[in-house]
Amino acid sequence: MSRLATQDLIIDVPGREGGTPLNFTVEPGQSWGVLGPNGAGKTTLLHTLAGLKPPRSGLIALADNPLASLRRRHIAQALGVVFQDRQDGFPATVLETALIGRHPYLSPWQMEGADDVARAERALERLDVAHLRDRLVNTLSGGERQRVAIATVVTQGPAIWLADEPTNHLDLHHQSAVMALMAEQAREGQAVMMCLHDLNLAARWCDHILLLYPNGDACWGPRENMLVPSALESLYQQRLAVVDVEGAPVFVPVKG
Amino acid sequence: MFRQLSLPLVLLALLALAAVCMAMMVGSASLSVGDVWAVVRGEGEGLARTMVLDLRLPRALSAFAVGGLLAVAGALMQVLLRNPLADPYVLGLSGGASIGALGAMLAGVGGVLMSGSAFAGALFSTFLVFGLAHGRGGWTPSRLLLTGVVIAAGWGAVITLMLALSPAERLPGMLYWLMGDLSYARTPWPPLLLLVAICLALVPLGRNLNVLARGPQQAAALGVDVRPLEWGIYVLASVLTAAAVTTAGSIGFVGLVIPHMLRLLLGNDQRLILPACALAGGTLLVLADTLARTIIAPEQLPVGVITALLGVPTFLLLLYRSR
Repeated sequence: MSRLATQDLIIDVPGREGGTPLNFTVEPGQSWGVLGPNGAGKTTLLHTLAGLKPPRSGLIALADNPLASLRRRHIAQALGVVFQDRQDGFPATVLETALIGRHPYLSPWQMEGADDVARAERALERLDVAHLRDRLVNTLSGGERQRVAIATVVTQGPAIWLADEPTNHLDLHHQSAVMALMAEQAREGQAVMMCLHDLNLAARWCDHILLLYPNGDACWGPRENMLVPSALESLYQQRLAVVDVEGAPVFVPVKG
Repeated sequence: MFRQLSLPLVLLALLALAAVCMAMMVGSASLSVGDVWAVVRGEGEGLARTMVLDLRLPRALSAFAVGGLLAVAGALMQVLLRNPLADPYVLGLSGGASIGALGAMLAGVGGVLMSGSAFAGALFSTFLVFGLAHGRGGWTPSRLLLTGVVIAAGWGAVITLMLALSPAERLPGMLYWLMGDLSYARTPWPPLLLLVAICLALVPLGRNLNVLARGPQQAAALGVDVRPLEWGIYVLASVLTAAAVTTAGSIGFVGLVIPHMLRLLLGNDQRLILPACALAGGTLLVLADTLARTIIAPEQLPVGVITALLGVPTFLLLLYRSR
């Protein structure tokens, strides 16, 4: 099974002492939320786990193989990344953008086949952007682009998801829809890890939480152990009130 | 999918063929379609035969190869820098080649030595720009572009200095070279073979380039080895440009206008855009060269002037009408 594990991992955030060495394993079927204030290194952690940025020290293992020893193509067949920002200097259509998710599986001489197109179309439908399939991505709204980016990773179909704020730019309904999609991926046996700004989405949809502090300290574990108001207050330097909605805690910032 | 890609290419190929045919018919003495056809079949009488096979066809093929090389090099540079304004000339390549060529002319050597000198100048400039842009820590597209622009400006000053110091009788030749002139082209085969080889080599790379156009991180996340690919594209585009410049002097605008025009018409799939650039760039330069040698015949204009005069309004029109 594809699990993502770290061993004494210290991520490379410029100008920061080491901090807590990270030793965790994202197992298939789990959904992890990474929480932390701006600049705590959430994106750096995600990029490091994807092998896009070398760690300062420590190891990452993808399905028990050291990540650094794997070819990029091999990694891309197992691990998908939703980025926070994206470039489209040369915009493609929505369908072409989703189809690029098949890249890791196609040989250099191969064209995308009918089944690849069908896969991409299903992903677009799943994300509610099928009606935009022939539009250029640079003509879409921020939320629509975000959904196309997620549809690209659905088309890729990785065993491990690393998503950097997948609910960015999304309206309330689509925030829930995307979180439900992530939870569904985990239920189907994928390992999911995502950076989130919204504490309440993490509290409702994730089963494991990793708290990342600006000084490099970190702690992680099952949701119930991590969502302690005092820990979260010191994480965000913000006083919080907690109410209970549908059996899940909801955290609200209070004045002062 | 495959059919979608092939139809525009077939149309462009027919257009290219028509342009080459026209280039063989038009000139100081006009030939009819029948005359040209006769020569192609191996018949036809002496004068027409010499005109077509020894003069017009080699020149048209050279023009086609140079135009194709420049357009493909431009398209590659634009993907590499993720900037539609990038062009091998903007990066100081033609400046380096010009220094080499003008230096050879000043020294009084011509022919193969001059071509070699231009080629060496272009490659020297390439590595100078790449080395300086790399600096400490890796290069970024904007740093590469800025380094190229500044070095190109430097070459521009050196070229002006060389022109100012040159004896008057050498000036026209030097100016024609700077504006691009296909009468320097000798045999069309080296650039033409290079163009065909490059188009074939780029077929399996096309989807990689599509992914790279979405940014290096996205490309790496989708399984592309970004650094080797970027290096490869840069060296490849440089060699293509150097070969084009060596054959016909510095011809501006093809590398910028053709890829952009095709993107507006055909979208952004590099698997389609790159071969389409080879065909359309070649066609444009064949037409431009035919005009250049007929407008004020028997005198000839530098073909770079024509490409700019044709390219600028077409480009602006397309840009104006695009979304």
